[in-house]
Amino acid sequence: MRNLTEILPSTPLPEVAEEKQLRNRTKIITAGQWWFNFALTLVGFAVAIAANIFVKQVANVEIKTYTVAGFNLTFNTLYRLVTGAVILLYMAIGIFSYFDPDRRAKFTGRAPFRFVMGLVLAAWDISGTKLLLLPQPFFPGPARILEPFLIEADFILENILYSLRLFFVGFSLSVILGIGTGILIGWFSRVYYWFYPVLKMTGVIPAVAWMPFALTLFPTPFMAAVFLIVICGWFSIASLTAQGIQSTPKSQLEVARTLGAKTLYLVCHVAIPQAMPQIFTGISNATGFAFTTLVMAEMMGQPGGLGYYINLSKVWSAYYKVFASILVMAILFSLIMKIIGLIRARVLRWQKGWVKE
Amino acid sequence: MSRNISETRDVILEIENVNYTYYDDYDNHVEALQNINLSVRRGEFLSIIGSSGCGKTTLLRLIAGLDKPETGKLTLNGQQISGPDPQRGYVFQQGGLFQWMTVEKNIATGLKTRRVYRQNKELVAHFIELVGLKGFEKSYPHQISGGMAQRAAIARALINNPEVLLLDEPMGALDSFTRADIQDKLLELHRENKTTMILVTHDVDEAIYLSDRIVIMTPRPGRISEIMEVNLLHPRHRGSTEFLHIRRSILEKLHLASAMPQPEYII
Repeated sequence: MRNLTEILPSTPLPEVAEEKQLRNRTKIITAGQWWFNFALTLVGFAVAIAANIFVKQVANVEIKTYTVAGFNLTFNTLYRLVTGAVILLYMAIGIFSYFDPDRRAKFTGRAPFRFVMGLVLAAWDISGTKLLLLPQPFFPGPARILEPFLIEADFILENILYSLRLFFVGFSLSVILGIGTGILIGWFSRVYYWFYPVLKMTGVIPAVAWMPFALTLFPTPFMAAVFLIVICGWFSIASLTAQGIQSTPKSQLEVARTLGAKTLYLVCHVAIPQAMPQIFTGISNATGFAFTTLVMAEMMGQPGGLGYYINLSKVWSAYYKVFASILVMAILFSLIMKIIGLIRARVLRWQKGWVKE
Repeated sequence: MSRNISETRDVILEIENVNYTYYDDYDNHVEALQNINLSVRRGEFLSIIGSSGCGKTTLLRLIAGLDKPETGKLTLNGQQISGPDPQRGYVFQQGGLFQWMTVEKNIATGLKTRRVYRQNKELVAHFIELVGLKGFEKSYPHQISGGMAQRAAIARALINNPEVLLLDEPMGALDSFTRADIQDKLLELHRENKTTMILVTHDVDEAIYLSDRIVIMTPRPGRISEIMEVNLLHPRHRGSTEFLHIRRSILEKLHLASAMPQPEYII
């Protein structure tokens, strides 16, 4: 008997083909595969905890006990708690993902990375703190990095808040100024003529080069740092906004004019919305620059902030504190980027499915 | 070449001795329009037909007020046209919907620019229904088909209740089924609203199917060579003898019929 596939037409019916294409977009993960990857995700971190508990502390490292809210904690116990919390978090995400094929695929896809992350933590812990194989005091283990949060959590929080305040004041000002001047430069050729060269010339100068001026010209160091952040964000946002406004298709403006639009409507409802993708590119670039400038400014003359904390710790060779500050930055800045990304997705929702992402 | 429009007919748009020349970057000049005279009657469906480069889109842009004539003048109801105005609605070749607005918001644009949106919100729903886009109010332009986008563009122009609707090859980029669908929609809108419509096209069948009069233009320099009345009752049948007769004569005027390949041998 001939094989069925030989008799059936080789090209599937259009509907079938379409369905197949839809299914191809996200890989289907079976329950079994999900279980395996779920376990894989959690096992990595479990190994990290086990390594911390069962590997003997060989090197001579002082392990102090701190009392936090009635609990006696060492950095090791805090590390286990934090890693345990990570496990619980991934467990929750994993179970949540089980019920949606897209999320399941996403969770499964990330499982190997998370597994290795746990193993790396374990290896780092053993070589960093347990055996002191890594050059000290530059590379303390991951558990040790958490110690500053036991020693001086309120001081770190104070510095976080200082950095956040500085960032938000400086960054929102640079967004407002950048978009404002960008629109004027992009729309009015006279403004372009007079101000674009200025923007071009000052824009290439790294903001921190203005530091000596800023520190002497502004009454408080906070204002000086705000000035630096504004300067660095403003250029990127203004130039991309101007480019976006200038690239408005003439036809779109003509359409609007035949519908009775005057200048204000043309700018606000035609030029700006269609420039939004570029404006957001400017904003995301500016975010990166702003982080750099923020930390630099803090390290060079601020009475607070995460950069200040790094500087302070460096003086005492407390590199575990430097790492703690870096850890906070990583989390904080990723969160800020994420929030900006969400705002972007919301504002540019009309692009969804239209542009390649 | 002045033409006498019968005085009894009400003229809405008058085009007198209009010339228009394009200059390119190399100082070449192209006479896009030369000595154009045309009277458009109130409520008629007028088509302007001609090969590409004959200046038909230029003429439409002058009527819309997007460009200014070099010499001569255009008047709407006796008033000189000096710039774009919502009373001369314009539907562009590619529709030109704003990608960042939903269908509903696109259609409401004219009400918003004239600051009458609040009093006339229900008009939007009415026009969405009129062009058969109910259920797609919240869709973005890239989520709907080309035909639907073109219908939305027509609704967007019509919501301003224009005296003249200018159509610049609105069906040019559509497949023939969608095209026929929009043609019927246009006829229906024309019948119901009595809006004067001026259609620029290079499709002879489309012009005959829709128009009361057809203006035939020839290129280099762009000028009107002939104005033809189409006295056929609606609905018109594309295969009828009269239809084909008119088609033949238009093609001849456009010098297309004579350019058709001749048989090489005759048995």
